[in-house]
Amino acid sequence: MPLLEVCHVSKRFPGVQALQDVSLSIAPGQSIAVIGENGAGKSTLMKILAGIQTPDEGEIRIDGRAVEIRTVRDAEKQGIALIHQELNLCDNLDVAANIFLGKEPRSCGFLRRREMDRRAAEVLQQVGLDIQPTTSLASLSIGRRQLVEIAKALASDAQVLIMDEPTSSLSTGEVENLFRVIHTLRQRGVSIVYISHRLSEIHHVADRVVALRDGRNSGELERDEITHEQMVRLMVGRDLDQFFPHVPHSAGEVVLSAQGVRVRGKAAFPLDLELKAGEIVGLAGLVGAGRTELLETLFGVRRSAGGSVEVAGKRIRLRSPRDAIAAGLFLIPEDRKQDGLVIEMTVGENITLPGLMRASTAGILPTRWEKSTADAMIQKLRIKTPGPGQIIQFLSGGNQQKAVIAKWLAMGPQVLLLDEPTRGIDIGAKHEIYEMMETLAHQGVAILFASSEMEEVIGMSDRTLVMHEGRIAGQLERGQLSEQAIMRLATGAASAATT
Amino acid sequence: MNKSWGMLFLLVLICVVTAIFRPRFVEPGNLANIIRWTSLYGVMGIGVAFVIITGGIDLSIGSMLALVGSLFGVLMAQYNLPPAAAIMMVLVMSTLLGLVYGLLITKLKLQPFVVTLCGLLILRGLARATAGGSSVGGFQRLSYLINYEWGSIPVPFLPWINEGYWSFHKWLPSRGDQPGHFALNDAGERISLDWYDWVPLHPPILYLAAIAIIAAIFLNWTVFGRHLKALGKNEQAARYSGVRTDTMVIISYMICTAMAGVAGVLFSIDIGSVMPSTFGNFYELYAIAAAVLGGCSLRGGEGSIIGVVIGTAILRVLQNSIEMWSIQELEFAVVGGVILIGVIADEIARRIIAQRRASQEAALLEKQNASPS
Repeated sequence: MPLLEVCHVSKRFPGVQALQDVSLSIAPGQSIAVIGENGAGKSTLMKILAGIQTPDEGEIRIDGRAVEIRTVRDAEKQGIALIHQELNLCDNLDVAANIFLGKEPRSCGFLRRREMDRRAAEVLQQVGLDIQPTTSLASLSIGRRQLVEIAKALASDAQVLIMDEPTSSLSTGEVENLFRVIHTLRQRGVSIVYISHRLSEIHHVADRVVALRDGRNSGELERDEITHEQMVRLMVGRDLDQFFPHVPHSAGEVVLSAQGVRVRGKAAFPLDLELKAGEIVGLAGLVGAGRTELLETLFGVRRSAGGSVEVAGKRIRLRSPRDAIAAGLFLIPEDRKQDGLVIEMTVGENITLPGLMRASTAGILPTRWEKSTADAMIQKLRIKTPGPGQIIQFLSGGNQQKAVIAKWLAMGPQVLLLDEPTRGIDIGAKHEIYEMMETLAHQGVAILFASSEMEEVIGMSDRTLVMHEGRIAGQLERGQLSEQAIMRLATGAASAATT
Repeated sequence: MNKSWGMLFLLVLICVVTAIFRPRFVEPGNLANIIRWTSLYGVMGIGVAFVIITGGIDLSIGSMLALVGSLFGVLMAQYNLPPAAAIMMVLVMSTLLGLVYGLLITKLKLQPFVVTLCGLLILRGLARATAGGSSVGGFQRLSYLINYEWGSIPVPFLPWINEGYWSFHKWLPSRGDQPGHFALNDAGERISLDWYDWVPLHPPILYLAAIAIIAAIFLNWTVFGRHLKALGKNEQAARYSGVRTDTMVIISYMICTAMAGVAGVLFSIDIGSVMPSTFGNFYELYAIAAAVLGGCSLRGGEGSIIGVVIGTAILRVLQNSIEMWSIQELEFAVVGGVILIGVIADEIARRIIAQRRASQEAALLEKQNASPS
């Protein structure tokens, strides 16, 4: 009998049907992988299992009984634990305190520190972590923190462990270690739900693959059917070459040239980079490799610690985005709700925000220009909205992202930096964004896009830069691109060979 | 805009209720006072609205008033500066203090609440030090700036309500007399009343009108205003769009303190003497309350100038009404209660609108999904 069953679950958010009639089941000790593109509904499904969100329809069964999971505490009681991609640990506490946060052993309200340490040591041993329970969390590497998080789940008797992108910021050695831990946990009867973008690692961990596409089940693969091609077909619904409208571009002159740019904060290695007119360059790397930081530094929103950037031969200051914007260098940020859009303003107001000053005389609002620009962009990018006066919050993710692109398209880009341009949007909108990148490249715009999706990087770029721990570890031409080649560079395994 | 209508309705409601039960309320002199005080308080409210729109706050307005008032008096009395020069100096000083606030908040990333709370204490202290502990006077020769009667407006029905047999308590059947637009003279004879009366107007309404019009144009018709609202709602996104967010925030604080400076000068002249330890106490709260009543969200990004003016008027009328009822002890309780009710009503209205919109959205999505495209 399955340990956990998800039966016909649906969930709607304003503007988007996140899940539609989704089902899956797991036996004790089994490990399944849930795959899908960004926005396919994986996170929503996991959040429902973990009690962060409640389904609109459908039910969840444990040992054949329907259970109500309305809060994280409910989920914990049912033995379900979610390990977030961004770990939910407190830096200022030690390891034992983190493991027992919220369920500390106590008597008469007093903390029973000794028992807490003893039990923490037990679960730490189960995950193969050889550290004292009193170690401060801040001193641990990301890989070890992840194991602490798993230990935390075990401490609350979790029967089902949901891991959301557990390897996205781990080195190769740490990934292998994690797989070993997963293996021992499964032998002890713990079920694993594994979510990852890295298709190459899935056959190491999963007995079965469940694919989601646009919020629906799109198919399952049993152990011996799991191949890269099969998984991709289930995820995107067609073959890759059809999905990515890529044709090779003839690159023109160098439009963006960055020399010795140092990113502030992190390990500040000087980075060199050149982009030619009309080429699409991918920027790959693990989470935390410094891709976002590099793009933000080039754009000027993040102060640089040195170096120079030239756009079309003209040097720009790296102090505020205003210089970059004046030179035609634009960034489409990773977090569109936080950085890309003023979410409570209208579609029109958002699209015209960067260009207002340029279009205005004497600071008066250029209302006619606003209207014509907004209308033109809505039409050109096929933004689905009742009109430019709609509050942008109520648009779907894909249409919001198109609006962010529209902001900069209206300004005439020379160089476009895109940070995870297709995160959290549906397949249709994704395809349209790829097509637009193509069109822009043909018009001579230089494009640099950072992405965590291997398919996207491989499918869309003329060449790919791979970052590893704040450096550009290497460059791959289109012919050399493969998931393995990128991962070798991204995990630092091959940096010496190519640079 | 809808919200302004709601607040206008509340204002009219309070006026009508007060007029019915306390006819003294509509005496031309009283109305003139309310208009004058609304104008003075409104200047402060408009200033603080700019800061609130950026998502900030200014808690130091009352102390700023005291400092401006004290300095204004001292400059004229002790240093014999001509009034115009003294006014210029205090306005420049208050504007520069806004610059300091803005720099601390944007460049050092200090929280507006903390910076202006310190301002509240520091400026009050400076005011008392400036005046040397005693009250400052000598504003009488400028009283024409406040009290000159430059005109008057006819307001219909005032005499009927005020003196005639038109007010509510005279409608009670036991009186046996017909209500109507007449009064009884000493001999008990009916005398007819004019159907309108003249309410005198003083300069402050002109100051408020000028400032409000400029502020409204700034906020609604210029790129500056759009940028200000955008950064109030999402500073990051505004910055990523090339808006000079720091500069805008600094300018907002300068506008706020400059308006507090103007209000300080006007209030000193109006009251005639400045007691530095109490002058302007709690005025920042009146200004903030007026802005909030008028539709500014303390989360930033929202606000309308006409709303602030209406909000100020509500507070002034309410205060006057409380005096008429002789329940001054309850003043703060009533004012607080009305603000709370206003804010709750607004929040409920907002939720209903959001719900309605969500269901419309759902219907739209269904339609899109149903169509084969």
